[in-house]
Amino acid sequence: MTRLSWFNVTSLTLGFAFLYLPMVILVIFSFNESRLVTVWAGFSTKWYGELLGNEAFLDAAWVTLKVAVFSSTLATVLGTMAAYVLVRGRRFPGRTLFSGMIYAPLVMPEVITGLSLLLLFIGIGLDRGVMTIVLAHTTFAMCYVSVVVSSRLMTFDRSLEEAALDLGCSPFEAFRLVTLPIIAPAVISGWLLAFTLSLDDLVIASFAAGPSATTLPIKIFSAVRLGVSPEINALSTIMIAIVTVGVITASLISKQNAVRQQRDEQTAARTA
Amino acid sequence: MPASVFAPWNDPSEKPLIRFRNVTKRFGDFTAIDDLSLDIFEREFFALLGPSGCGKTTMMRMLAGFESPSDGSIELAGQDIVSVPPNKRAVNMMFQSYALFPHLTIWDNIAFGLRRDKRPKLDIADRVEEMLKLTRLEKFARRKPHQISGGQRQRVALARSLAKAPKLLLLDEPLGALDKKLRQDTQFELMDIQEKTGTTFVIVTHDQEEAMTVASRVAVMDEGRLIQVATPDAIYEAPNSVYVADFIGDVNIIAGIASSTGPGRYKIAWREDQAPFVAMSDKPFSEGAECYLAIRPEKVQISAQKPDEAANTVQGTVLDIAYLGNISTYIVELANGTQIKAQIANTRRISNRSFTWEDTVWLSWSDTAGILLDG
Ligand SMILES: Nc1ncnc2c1ncn2[C@@H]1O[C@H](COP(=O)(O)OP(=O)(O)O)[C@@H](O)[C@H]1O
Ligand SMILES: [Mg+2]
Repeated sequence: MTRLSWFNVTSLTLGFAFLYLPMVILVIFSFNESRLVTVWAGFSTKWYGELLGNEAFLDAAWVTLKVAVFSSTLATVLGTMAAYVLVRGRRFPGRTLFSGMIYAPLVMPEVITGLSLLLLFIGIGLDRGVMTIVLAHTTFAMCYVSVVVSSRLMTFDRSLEEAALDLGCSPFEAFRLVTLPIIAPAVISGWLLAFTLSLDDLVIASFAAGPSATTLPIKIFSAVRLGVSPEINALSTIMIAIVTVGVITASLISKQNAVRQQRDEQTAARTA
Repeated sequence: MPASVFAPWNDPSEKPLIRFRNVTKRFGDFTAIDDLSLDIFEREFFALLGPSGCGKTTMMRMLAGFESPSDGSIELAGQDIVSVPPNKRAVNMMFQSYALFPHLTIWDNIAFGLRRDKRPKLDIADRVEEMLKLTRLEKFARRKPHQISGGQRQRVALARSLAKAPKLLLLDEPLGALDKKLRQDTQFELMDIQEKTGTTFVIVTHDQEEAMTVASRVAVMDEGRLIQVATPDAIYEAPNSVYVADFIGDVNIIAGIASSTGPGRYKIAWREDQAPFVAMSDKPFSEGAECYLAIRPEKVQISAQKPDEAANTVQGTVLDIAYLGNISTYIVELANGTQIKAQIANTRRISNRSFTWEDTVWLSWSDTAGILLDG
């Protein structure tokens, strides 16, 4: 192993500082006794307590959680189905177009996605609220899920499904009993990804949200315009914690899955 | 008539279990199976033999229901099965890659097919135990597929495909992944299981020795067509073409021109400066027809003096000797450059062998040793 040179140490420090210093400051000040954001007056958790009494924030948090759970679940179902059809399906007319289109939202500017959804909701006369946010988040999270799941399906041994059919499964049973359990880790990390994407989305949610429902990021954003309060810091810290846990779990699952896959491939190679 | 001889293919009153009728399978404009007709009978151990890419797997996949023929029909026990999906066929397949379910234990792998039939729990357990015992896997029932060896995995795949007691079991190169010793053991095990269960087996292999060992009948395929379908000894002793003779075992092929010298007796002119060979043949050849004399190396004798009584004799020098333990193959070059292989059993130690490189020797064989083919 090469030792870390001073150059490496410096660039590493700078990199991490850029990435995490703002968040660290935010987390630290969420435990500040004083109401003044820039002056440290001792450790306290009182802002977290105060947060619990703030109806508006709690409402927004509840909406956000509901939206995240529903939209990520819906996105996972749709994304998995799309991935399955794209990887497994017979050639059908327009398949290339379809598979290209499913990835388009990945590169589409969020403002445009949000705006077009807004126009759609107005066009079909849908009242903006929790449901429209769920739909909007499902739309953009679905392609992330389908990317994660289809990359797993590409390496999935087709003969396993054939073996299931051969042993008497209907095509749906083969999917439920064999394919799904084996690709489950990819599906779960897809869900977690969709969940965290939904939690911290501001742009698309602002287009899709109406007066009846506001998500936490929207609430924070509008609160901050009136001035940063330690309460917001506390709230943000909680969100950082949730997102961190989600991302770490997702990457652990996919890493574990990669290790298992490698091991399976090795044993297969040894006998081949 | 002796009842002990198993040969339903000779009995016109016997109904075949599987009947391919003029089956053609095309992938795009590539013809993988070409107008093929074939009958396979109940309790047969039928081997499909042929080089890689000749369509063996495609035949199996049509029987299992993963591919459907472009033309023709396939019958199982008298019923056309072309439109029956794989999960509704009384056919099970052991996959070339085994295709064990990695997330299930060995026990659950074997029970998988039984559970689809909604059988009572106790029946399933009994049947699984029976299969575990048959394939000697009792100790590994609770393990996952990646926790057992290649040979054990192969037995799990076999047990899983046998568990539903299918009418027909398809084995696609089942022993390809095993080393020679294990492969031979497993071949005998397969024959044993086939006999015990009375299931009809169709096995795919590209290993001619394996086909000869296990099969009641062998079909030799080439480019989507059947070249010969016969018992292993008939295939070996009476191949119907140069292709089959060459594919099964070692053989000397000598091209020549046939002319009749008596009933069923032919003279084969093969070189102007050499005496013609003589051979018996049931198959008629017209005067001056092109023909090929196929002789197995073990039917060629090798001697220092010219033998008196042999029908065919020819002189040459020893070009090469391949020592194979129990037997040795001598490659003898004739004056005109033709090479002929002769095989003799090594009953003596190497140091006592009578011929060595560059020795002048005589090769000889009888008029019934070779078989006369027309192409
Ligand atoms: N799904 C397919 N699409 C196109 N060609 C195929 C397909 N399956 C098999 N083939 C072709 O058909 C031929 C026979 O294949 P196969 O039955 O697998 O041969 P083998 O005798 O080695 O098992 C091969 O040339 C193969 O390339
Ligand atoms: Mg094959």
